Amino acid sequence: MYVYNDFDETFVRTRVAQFRGQVERRIDGSLTEDEFKPLRLMNGLYLQLHAYMLRVAVPYGTLNPAQMRQLALIADRWDKGYGHFTTRQNIQYNWPKLGDVPDMLEALADVGMHAIQTSGNTIRNVTADHFAGAAADEIEDPRAIAELLRQWSTDHPEFQFLPRKFKIAVTGAAADRAVTRAHDIGLVVVRNDAGEVGYQVIVGGGLGRTPMVGKVLRDFVSKADLLPYVEAIVSVYNLLGRRDNKYKARIKITLHENGIETIRDLVEERFNAIRAGFGGYDQTLLAEIETSFAPPAFVTKATDGYEAARLANPAFRSWTDTNLSAHKAAGYAIVSISIKKHGATPGDATSDQMRVMADLAETYGHGELRISHEQNVILPHVHQSDLPAVYAALRKADLATANIGLASDIIACPGMDYCALATARSIPIAQQIATRFDELKIEHDVGPLKIKISGCINACGHHHVGHIGILGLDRAGVENYQITLGGDGSETTTIGERAGPGFSADDIVPAIERLVTGYLSLRADPSETFLQTYRRLGLAPFKTLLYPSEDKADAA
Amino acid sequence: MPARFTPKVVTANALLDGDAVWLTEDDRWSPLMSEAELITDEAHADLRLLQAKARASEIAGAYLADAQMGDDGPEPVHFREAFRTRGPSNYAHGKQTEVPSRT
Repeated sequence: MYVYNDFDETFVRTRVAQFRGQVERRIDGSLTEDEFKPLRLMNGLYLQLHAYMLRVAVPYGTLNPAQMRQLALIADRWDKGYGHFTTRQNIQYNWPKLGDVPDMLEALADVGMHAIQTSGNTIRNVTADHFAGAAADEIEDPRAIAELLRQWSTDHPEFQFLPRKFKIAVTGAAADRAVTRAHDIGLVVVRNDAGEVGYQVIVGGGLGRTPMVGKVLRDFVSKADLLPYVEAIVSVYNLLGRRDNKYKARIKITLHENGIETIRDLVEERFNAIRAGFGGYDQTLLAEIETSFAPPAFVTKATDGYEAARLANPAFRSWTDTNLSAHKAAGYAIVSISIKKHGATPGDATSDQMRVMADLAETYGHGELRISHEQNVILPHVHQSDLPAVYAALRKADLATANIGLASDIIACPGMDYCALATARSIPIAQQIATRFDELKIEHDVGPLKIKISGCINACGHHHVGHIGILGLDRAGVENYQITLGGDGSETTTIGERAGPGFSADDIVPAIERLVTGYLSLRADPSETFLQTYRRLGLAPFKTLLYPSEDKADAA
Repeated sequence: MPARFTPKVVTANALLDGDAVWLTEDDRWSPLMSEAELITDEAHADLRLLQAKARASEIAGAYLADAQMGDDGPEPVHFREAFRTRGPSNYAHGKQTEVPSRT
């Protein structure tokens, strides 16, 4: 894992000291809120409905045990003993006091972390496949390039006041687990015909008010050219992007209004102008960074104990069926720890749970942890022979829910329980849906199903790319939930289709239940997933499930 | 014809802890909406909001929120404002556990 060098360390410490001074001047009245707000946002501090909120970046979702323990300590010392992992691979603290925030940032700096550029019209936390460095299907670990992008984008003088926020995601595998096609720039590691590793560059994806699937700007950019090429894209956007209308300011709109050919030409022109200026230093830096992401020393051990435990313990077997993914090293597995216990808040972990996960990573996981955009925690490198012990420890910490990828593994934004922008609540809907599926005991039969909930049009809960998406709105002073169907956030990214009129907070859970139980009778066979069935049959039969009485009325 | 003015309260977040607060008639910031001054005159509402915004070292983000008179004082009209009087629904955090009611 990358460890801060002297430059990183000095930069982050200096920023904490500056912010400490800014907070002092705000509290003593020398700064007004209008003056202070942009300063606090640059450092990840929001003012929400009930309190401040501090958003801390987990760069490309990677944490070491010391960092996870520090996140727990911060939760205990300055918050309410828990943290909320988000779809942006950030952790949010919901209850910090203004005067404590500089100390929280100092505590983050102690473990090589920060909250810089987790807000504002800048390049945000660079996200990555949460299985990076471990996945069996990976061409190359994308985190080295993600770290290079983090260093390049942090405090980049040209890009501190972009037309709007700018999000970059990177994946090293063809199976897209980082939703790269819904980012301002998505980078997919590919090989060209000569077998060289480079990047497919996707631009202009995004969810929110105007959801769009990203388009390929270039099929192959070599590793040596990547940083100047990305800089050229952001540079072109910085000048061309609209600043007159916030809702038309993202690069997806710039691309849509100008056309991809124009953008491509402008980017090539800019790229040719700046390329030489990089002088190869970025490649020297990248080579250094790559050494810090060298794979751990995988070991060879017998796996008989694992197989025996699977046979002996049905609960363990069920957990291994849902929560493990294929690892590139023989005898190893990727463990997804569900932070989605039925009825609990999606993405919330207590400080005790964080410490347990840190300990497990240290003892059994080569010291690595990942945060997924699906709001779960990953132990990327666990030997199969250690899985029974890991499972037992997770069970004790109430972290052994066997539901990864199933109906109750729901993404939900904080919604109107916390967020000042929300138009309705998300968390209680997620809690109720998960509780209901637990009662019905059908989610394992239903199989892969992604339900994603956003509490406003900005779509932090990725509802557009949920197989079932739920969008909470305010309809004449009442919470109302709109359903979209057939969305997909993978390499076949699709924006979901709106199913029809919304449902009240009381009616939305029964509506989801009708959809899912109805799917069981619509599917061709048990191997056909919800999404496949939807793609085969289209919206109509699902609409009948959602609005049964209307259908009768139409028939009459 | 301009829309009829509906009653309002001045609300904001306390500067130090971010807690939702309401402006009282005697110029205090109360954590209880029921203690807020219910404003029925538009010109007076604008004046009170200006006065509130001037108190930058006490609060942030002052605005006028719709309200109505209830048995114990002003009450929210919209669910967003109702949540601000209580706290989140997923945990017993915030005002619902931390602020004693008036009685």
